[in-house]
Amino acid sequence: MRWFWIDRFVEFVSGDRAASVKNVVLAEEAVDDYFPGFPHFPQSLMIEGVAQTGGLLIAETSGFEQRVVLAKISSARFESIVRPGQQIRYEVQVQDLQPAGAIVTASVQCDQQPIGSFELAFAILGDRFGSVPLFAPSELLRCIRLLRLYDVGVDKLGNRLTPSPYLLGQRTDGSRMLPEEE
Amino acid sequence: MTATTEEVFQKVQEALVEALGVDEEDVKPEATMIRDLGAESIDFLDILFRLEKSFSIKIPREELFPEDILTDSKYVADGKVTPDGLEMLRQRMPWADFSKFQANPRVQDFGDLLTVQDLCNYVQSKVSAN
Repeated sequence: MRWFWIDRFVEFVSGDRAASVKNVVLAEEAVDDYFPGFPHFPQSLMIEGVAQTGGLLIAETSGFEQRVVLAKISSARFESIVRPGQQIRYEVQVQDLQPAGAIVTASVQCDQQPIGSFELAFAILGDRFGSVPLFAPSELLRCIRLLRLYDVGVDKLGNRLTPSPYLLGQRTDGSRMLPEEE
Repeated sequence: MTATTEEVFQKVQEALVEALGVDEEDVKPEATMIRDLGAESIDFLDILFRLEKSFSIKIPREELFPEDILTDSKYVADGKVTPDGLEMLRQRMPWADFSKFQANPRVQDFGDLLTVQDLCNYVQSKVSAN
């Protein structure tokens, strides 16, 4: 099973904001087994959905070269639940972006109704955490394409985003990395 | 904009309660950010963001975390800040109280230097400069 808790991006403005959607289906173990007899989408996984949307939003600012991890859930408020057959919309806004990390706020909606609001902090891992990438660039690019980020992603001027040289396995001099280097 | 010492303390206290989940009464002027209030590195990102919003100021990170001085071999010897280094730190951070740190200025202890009062002094200096 893949740890995908968003289905696709529907909006993505580099370094500023992103929106993604997630369809909730009864066939998912997390929905069926979480609360037997009362299937609904676990709220903890909504935080993961926001983290995936926001984490990719922050990582994109470095061409996905920097390692971004969820570091802190500063606040999480839930107002309602989401049941099978509904679609969740995650909207994430960058509030602060620093070399060491970033802060985002997020809202979760379903059928135009508020479901929750969050404030999360991401850490950007520096050298003291080693230099091994969290994901191989080619695998990361595959996942980003599955999430259709490049279908909707634009920079702040509205220009369409394209895969960064890092994701394409290119060194800064333009040459291609060997597979074992990825 | 001017803010009284009390107003600054109240807003700093509010930011620390929200960012660290500590009780209001634990946020005393003499409390150290790391040892007493349990702040971790990622919390500083959160705290400074809240202070920037609350006071409408910009906080250059190097003013609070002088990594450049603490990693410069001119100012550090055998894991301790040299007298020249201490002087540089005092110039960079005139609002901080170095009296305890200077007795045994180990770089590894620098992180726990910052107190709530230091943070209030720093914010007050930024607010006054605005």
